[in-house]
Formats: sequence, C-alpha cells, structure tokens
Amino acid sequence: MATGSFASAGYRRRKLTDAVMRVVTFLCTVLVLAPLFFVLFFLASSGAGALNVEFFTKLPGPAGEPGGGMANAITGTLMLLGIASTLGIPIGVLGGVYLAEYPNSRLAFVTRFFADVLSGIPSIIMGLFAFTAVVLALRGFSALAGGIALATILIPIVMRTTEEMVKLVPQSIREASLGLGIPQWKTLVRVIVPTAAGGIVTGTMVGLARIAGETAPLLFTAFGNRFWNWDIRQPLSALPLQIYSYAVSPFTDWHRQAWAGALVLVAIILVINVAARYAASRQVKVR
Amino acid sequence: MAQLAQLPDVVRRTGVRNAGDRLFQRVLAAAAGVILVIMGGVALTTLVSALPAIRTFGLGFFASVEWDPVAQQFGGLPFVYGTLVSSLIALSIAVPVGLGVSTFLSELTPARLRDPIRFLVELLAAIPSVVYGLWGIFVLIPWVRTVLEPVLARTLGFLPLFQGPPLGIGMLAAGLVLSIMIIPVVVAVSTEVMRAVPRMQREAALSLGATSWETTITAVIPYARSGILGAIFLALARAVGETMAVVMVIGNVPQIKASLFAPAATIAGVIANEFAEASDPLLIGALLYVGLILMAVTVLINVLARLLVMRVTKGPNLVRD
Repeated sequence: MATGSFASAGYRRRKLTDAVMRVVTFLCTVLVLAPLFFVLFFLASSGAGALNVEFFTKLPGPAGEPGGGMANAITGTLMLLGIASTLGIPIGVLGGVYLAEYPNSRLAFVTRFFADVLSGIPSIIMGLFAFTAVVLALRGFSALAGGIALATILIPIVMRTTEEMVKLVPQSIREASLGLGIPQWKTLVRVIVPTAAGGIVTGTMVGLARIAGETAPLLFTAFGNRFWNWDIRQPLSALPLQIYSYAVSPFTDWHRQAWAGALVLVAIILVINVAARYAASRQVKVR
Repeated sequence: MAQLAQLPDVVRRTGVRNAGDRLFQRVLAAAAGVILVIMGGVALTTLVSALPAIRTFGLGFFASVEWDPVAQQFGGLPFVYGTLVSSLIALSIAVPVGLGVSTFLSELTPARLRDPIRFLVELLAAIPSVVYGLWGIFVLIPWVRTVLEPVLARTLGFLPLFQGPPLGIGMLAAGLVLSIMIIPVVVAVSTEVMRAVPRMQREAALSLGATSWETTITAVIPYARSGILGAIFLALARAVGETMAVVMVIGNVPQIKASLFAPAATIAGVIANEFAEASDPLLIGALLYVGLILMAVTVLINVLARLLVMRVTKGPNLVRD
C-alpha cells in the first residue's frame, strides 16, 4: 500500500488500476453478451423470413422438397411438456415441501444433495436411463419415454425451488394457523403452499422452459415422427428434434425451416420465462 | 431456517399430531424419495447395461483408438480425448471471462446495472443447445473457417495446435460454442459465491484505504476461492456433458489429431449420433460403456463442486447450472 498523502503517485497509480479493471471487467461483460445478440439477431433475420402459415399448419414435406411445416413438432413439444408436467410437478412440489418442512432429517439432506447432483448430470444420460427403463420395457420408442426423460430433469428443479419458496413463508403465518388448532397438514395445504404459490409457479415455469429446449434426451426416447401422433405409446415429434434433423440435412429449404423452428422454440422459451418473472413479481406484491 | 424445523418437533413432542399429519408426512417423504429412486435408477441401469461391454472390452477399451463399427472395432480413447480437449478449450475461455463478469457484477458495477445484466446472462443460459448448434453451423463455422483459423494459422501457425487446413468444423469450433454455453454457469455460481462473502470482509479492506479492485482481490476472491473453484468444476461438468451443440459443429470423426482445426468426436456426441440407430449388441454395449464413464465423471465433478460451493455459502443452496 502506498503511504503519504492521497495525491501521491502511488495513490494515483492505484486509482488508475481500479479504473482499468472496471473497464476490463465491463468489457468481459460485453464480450459475454455479444453472442446473445448475435444468436438472437440471426434467429430473427433467418427465422422470421421462413415463418408462414404453412409452417404452423402442415406436416413435414418429403425429403428435399420445399414446403411443409412443423405443426406436428409444435404439438409434440407441447404434449411432451404436458407429460413431463403431469409426472414431475406433483412430485417436485410435494418433495420440495418435505425438504422445507423437515429440513434436518437425513432423507432431506440426502435428497437435497442428490437433487443438485442430478441436475448436473448430462441430459443425454437421462435419455439413456429412460431408454433402458421405459423404451426397452415397452418395446419401442414412445412419447411416454420422452416425457419421463424430461420429467427426470424437471423434478429436481421444481423440488429445489419449491423448498426455497416454502422456506420464505413467514413463520408468523404458520403460527397463526397452527394456533387456531388447524392440523399441520391442513396448514401446509391451505396456508403455506398457497402463500408460496407464486414462487413455486415461477420455479416450475423456469424448469419447463429448460426442458422445452432439450434435444439429447429425446433422441432415443420420443425419437421423432414425421406424422401426427396423439398416442403416448407411439414415437412423437418435437420441435428441438425437428430443428436438429433439419439443420444437419443437406437441403436449403430445410435449413430455412430449422431457423424458423428455432425462432418459434426460443420464442416459446422466452414467453415462459417472462411469464415466470411476472408470477414472481406478483408474489412480492402479495406479501 | 432453523425455527421452521423446530415447530413440527414441538408439535410432535406435545402429542398433538393427528393421523392426517402422519400420513401427509409419508406422502411428502415419498415424493422427496423419488429423487433417490431416479439417482439410483440412473446409476444402476447405466452400470448394469454397460456390464457386458465392460466384460468384453475391459479397460483396454480406453487405450484403443480404433472406432469402426463395420469392422467390429471399438476403442473409446478418441471420444475421451475429444471430450477433454473441447472442454479445456471452453474452460480456458469461459473461466477468465466469466470471472471478469462475476467481479463486475458482484463488486464493481452500480447496483442499477446488476439485475439487467444478470437477466441477460440468464437468457444466454435459456437458449437451447440445439439452437446454439444451428447458429454454430450457419454462422460461427463459416466465420471460424474464413477468419479465425487463417488468422491463427498466420500468427501462431508454428504451434502444432494451429496447423492444417481451415475446415471450420472441428475441435476449435466446438470449444468456442461450449465456452458460450458454460459462461452463464461460471457467472451465476461465482457471482453468488462472491455475494456470499460477508460484508465485514469488504469493509475491513475498504477501511484500510483499499480501492474497490484491491478489495476484490485481497478480501473477496481469497474468501470465495473454494466456491469459485466449485463454479469452475460445475462449468466443466456442463461442458463434458453438453451434447447437441457439440455434435453439430465438431464433425464427429473419432480421431486424435494435434491440430485444433481437425474434426473430432465426444462421448456425448457419439451416443447421440449412433445410439438410436444401433442394432449391433457390441456397438450398443460400447456406447453404454462410454455413457457409464460420462455419467461417473459428471457425478464425481458435481459432487466435488457442490462440496466446494457449500464451503463458502455454508450449506446447500439454490445453485442452478
């Protein structure tokens, strides 16, 4: 450290270092955000031009022929989200309430830890798991297998956010309910969870946004389908799968459609994210 | 949150719990236990289904560089190498830049800018892998081929790393895409760890006359060190397991070349590419074998990383990656 008055050369040099590092770290930030704008820019410029009514209403066309759309992939993605939510949200919310309610039990500690580890395991491994557990058992690729693969990714996310949100509920609210002689389970179901609902909804939606874009775990579970399918025991198309197979295809028109699909996918994800933020902001107002 | 824990205990001791409470607790515990079922299921099915391949190939599998399903030759080394090198390229870019962003966000930025920048970094993480892959194929790779690789060859071409024809597709492009994808992990976790450093730590340095930057490097970063290391590990785990974007830009050629311009292949990539169409039991076995290694490595890195982050933030917390 420099000694002497604040106007000394040493002090000026230190102030200069401080200013330089501010600029350097700011430039790092710009550098990190640049790809975001590049990706969004190309999505908008290459994707928007390929969007048309056909894209939303038609099945994929024959290989190499221009035209056709991704209607079945869009509904497929929604169907997969539906299956994953049906399985994942109840389990995630109930488990999260357990983690918040019995935070020091051994089960809670182990569950918390492995929920974190699980969310760090590559999604393609979840695909392999769903393949051996569901596809082999049902003897075929199916929407159900894809939904289960996505649910295994969704559950840890929902559980951990629910836990955090339930922990945020003020102790006084709980005491007020218990003080009226209301049993603990009813306090949880009717008082605690509704109070934390905004945050839980936010966390769940962030989780849904995350799994909506997953491709790897669907490759050998939902598998993809060129036609309509409403049967959960049959292979199902999904937007990310369709984007992938079109992107690596040799056809220019399919490349255009891949960009359009990516634009739609990112739009869906952004809408879910923004809605999640809205739910979160309402939560603050309630309290 | 200790007081939350105490209440049910108090209730239990006074014997007010009714049957509904006990039943409800079981339901909640069962839901929480699903995590353990999934974890156990993932570990077990991967291990069991890889067993035949482990018996057939043994450990020599990872010493062999031949991968030729037609000739029934299966060696895992090129995939391990490709995974490792592409992840290291990504880390060497993402760690310094990401830590710069975290420092900026946590210590040097006005509070007004913090939330918007955080939001944008989160957005970077929200874009799906397959979209990065698409962007990689049509935007990044042409740029790497026509600009980056020729420049690197001209300036650093004396190194074996930067020799050979500029193809665009290859290890370098994969590393670049990966770095973009793991930076949000580095930023999110290390910012959180740095925010967890006690205020007194900063105030002590500031009161001695340190500038903001000096406070950061003398008081904040040393305190947060193990958590930052954890952030790097989490990013590494993410890079190792990242699949779609890498598959789309790396070229998927199982080879070991000194040049980063050359195509390569990764573990996650070969599973994504070949598993769905695989019918030869030997090939399926080999893919499950590399899958087992991928799972074991990522679980190991994750456990290590969580323990490191917990040392700074005192207890498990919501660290998303």
